[in-house]
Amino acid sequence: MSAPTLSPKRGLPGGQAIPATSGMRRLKDNIVLVAVYVAFALAVIPLASVLYKIISEGVQVLSADFFLRSMNGIGGRDAGGGIYHAMIGTLEQVALASAISIPVAVLTAVYLVEYGQGNRLSKVISFFVDVMTGIPSIVAGLFVLAFWILVLGFEVSGFAGALALAVLMIPTVVRSAEEMLKLVPNDLREASYALGVPRWRTITRVVLPTAFTGIITGIMLAVARVMGETAPLLLTIWVTKVINFNPFDGAQSSLPTYIWEQAGDPNQVAVDRAWGAALALIFIIMVLNFGARLLARRTSIR
Amino acid sequence: MTSIDDVRTRAVGAQRQRRAMSTGRRGDRIFRSAALGSGVFVLVIMAAIAAFLVWKAIPALQENEANFFTATEWNANGDPPRFGVAQLAFGTVMSAAMALIMATPVAIGIALFIGFYAPRRLAEGLGFVVDLLAAVPSIIYGLWGLHFLVTNSQGVVEFLNGVLGWIPLFAGDSVGGQSIFIGSVVLAIMILPIISSITREVFLQVPTAHIEAAQALGATRWETIRLSVLPYGRSGMISAMMLGLGRALGETVAIALVLSTVAGINWHLLEPGGNTFAANIVRTFGESGEIGRSALIASGLVLFVITMVVNMAARAIVARRKEFV
Repeated sequence: MSAPTLSPKRGLPGGQAIPATSGMRRLKDNIVLVAVYVAFALAVIPLASVLYKIISEGVQVLSADFFLRSMNGIGGRDAGGGIYHAMIGTLEQVALASAISIPVAVLTAVYLVEYGQGNRLSKVISFFVDVMTGIPSIVAGLFVLAFWILVLGFEVSGFAGALALAVLMIPTVVRSAEEMLKLVPNDLREASYALGVPRWRTITRVVLPTAFTGIITGIMLAVARVMGETAPLLLTIWVTKVINFNPFDGAQSSLPTYIWEQAGDPNQVAVDRAWGAALALIFIIMVLNFGARLLARRTSIR
Repeated sequence: MTSIDDVRTRAVGAQRQRRAMSTGRRGDRIFRSAALGSGVFVLVIMAAIAAFLVWKAIPALQENEANFFTATEWNANGDPPRFGVAQLAFGTVMSAAMALIMATPVAIGIALFIGFYAPRRLAEGLGFVVDLLAAVPSIIYGLWGLHFLVTNSQGVVEFLNGVLGWIPLFAGDSVGGQSIFIGSVVLAIMILPIISSITREVFLQVPTAHIEAAQALGATRWETIRLSVLPYGRSGMISAMMLGLGRALGETVAIALVLSTVAGINWHLLEPGGNTFAANIVRTFGESGEIGRSALIASGLVLFVITMVVNMAARAIVARRKEFV
């Protein structure tokens, strides 16, 4: 009964023009349109606010001294002091973490793509790499605390921090390197095999160079990520106000733990120092992110 | 011009050279073992994390005089030590759940915006902007939350208290300040990019045929999304949410900076106080003795298990979906 009465209105046997969308449907469409734009604005507001706050507050404490001095002999209420010791710590810890994790991660990715090719072991490894991506950073810190410091009896040191960062870095690098290796066309491998090149030389001379920039991009993003990790470092490098160049001996500082210390201090001068360090940290991280993006854009495998 | 002789001598030379070179078999074996070893090493790390956390958690659990799962106090350095994770679990689950409720609709909105509403040429750049949200380290969100959001959100918190005060969670007399609510806002911002980037990827996989079919029926843009995109992406969205949840559960320094320590479970989320597994670890680690550290490792183990379960469930959903497609 109702269907026939509807049909002359909507069905168009006589080749009439299609009627405009009803008002209700258009209204709904527009409501969603607005909602979606608002959602995007909601994401941009905190990003803009964080960046604005860091830059406006951070610039005020920046000076040559801020980069070239440590906190040695400077109390919470004193102005002055700097992040030199923290920058040294962060650079050394991240470099060590990269040195440990990159070879392991890239070789794991090579196994998954070149050798494993979907066998059971590679599926298991792949699954646990995914699970490892989700490990909270604090748990990585607790692991190094339990394993390296409590069981093996080593002191807190920059290296212990680097171990924790490496645990966090491995899965992200494996994932990105795996994606990049998968993009290498099979023709290249086959051409190399056809020339009688052994498999491992094919991988090191043909596959890895082809995927090189992609892998570097992934590594840069992973470095940017672990550079801001705070929680595992709080458990493994301890805190110090003085410059310690040796990551294998004694407490070290780092930019994130420095921010943690200063931000928790009730004195305004300390909070100002925290903003300054945050500006330095986010500057490095943003440079890495933009660099990775430029690299990915210029040389993607197609 | 190369003469036949030239080619012949070269071929012979190459043959000789090849004979002198290794066949590559040994290299293959070594390289293969190295790759395999690295893969296995990753598994070993995972196993070692579980094993060492259990090993070092046991001493404190043996000494503990209170019920580890139901006690709300955390006095692991006392004599005798008394500690339980009830308050920590409450704060962790509450803040993460609130963060998820706030972040999910926005994240899906962002994914739709970038995928279907934004001008094509801008879409990639806008995606990068959202990714930048993920690049900001948690310590900086904590700094921002403590020294900007907490001080500037009093009006919003009082408004929520006034309008939604009849819901117990939003009730309370002295609202504002370093509350679980503010903590979950910070968490929501942090998990937003994770949820939206995974959702975006799923939306990209929606078959064009589904979308075109909906359009051919005269569907508006929203109807196209509701008919073809959302049903297809449902399982992807659920697993994205769960991955976001896993991140929120384990987040440490941001929440440790934003919350203020008040003992006990407080259902009024707008009032100052609250604690989470991770925040408790970094806050009390400094003054912990041997048993205290062991107790913190025990609480970390609980967190590890919870996040593992959430993450595995999320991966399982994704994997099952892959088989169907």
